[in-house]
Amino acid sequence: MEHMGSLYTAALRMTRNPSDAEDLVQETYLKAYRGFGGFQEGTNLKAWLYRILTNTFINSYRSKKRRPEETELDDLENLYMYRRLAGSEGASAGRSAEDEVLSHITESEVKEAIEALPEQFRMAVLLGDVEGFSYKEIAEILDIPIGTVMSRLHRGRKALQKRLYEFGRQRGLVPEGSPHA
Amino acid sequence: MHDKQQCYEAVEQLYLYLDGELTYERRVLIALHLVDCPPCGDAFDFESELRIVIAQRCRERVPEGLRARVYLALRNLEQPPPQPE
Repeated sequence: MEHMGSLYTAALRMTRNPSDAEDLVQETYLKAYRGFGGFQEGTNLKAWLYRILTNTFINSYRSKKRRPEETELDDLENLYMYRRLAGSEGASAGRSAEDEVLSHITESEVKEAIEALPEQFRMAVLLGDVEGFSYKEIAEILDIPIGTVMSRLHRGRKALQKRLYEFGRQRGLVPEGSPHA
Repeated sequence: MHDKQQCYEAVEQLYLYLDGELTYERRVLIALHLVDCPPCGDAFDFESELRIVIAQRCRERVPEGLRARVYLALRNLEQPPPQPE
């Protein structure tokens, strides 16, 4: 059960509720155990467990209404935070706003920002940025095309940065007069 | 010297680069550009640092008892409860 820590982390971010997260992890292990015959030697065990976890979540825990898939990428700007921070002084003397934000974002802010993401983006960001799965693995886990993986990651990252930037502003890590603020 | 077009292309492929999803050739070209162009280098550094920060600051500990609970549930699967006579 070496993957339980990662699975629980993902489960909690998905369900946003510790008791549901525990149930989800337990159910994942039970299904994995029962379905172990379907596991193919040589495939990635961790990815397989995540696939069971996300399927179980989608089928049993998530709210029923689905959002329409958004795939338009053109309006997306990379470097959302960096463009707004670069060149600004941080709140402490002699530090850049970038360093200030990177060292002072708290655990609870990161968790809150991830949990605030729309579900499709949240799952992509968890799998890609927190667990480090490749596009191909995420595509297999979520059973979606690679192009959709990229689009969800892209949008999720931008939304996450937006939120974290706002936290930084609220806490005065980024000076009010900074560009675009 | 680099030109604006190279910066544009690098930033456009920022995520593909950081995600390790580019061909070797593209990856090398971008890596060279990042050395050549400090503003792009700084931006890429920030993005990769931010990613580390995010991944590190959202880890959860497995709650007390969950491991034992799952272990027990798995054992119960192996041993079906005795059937009534």
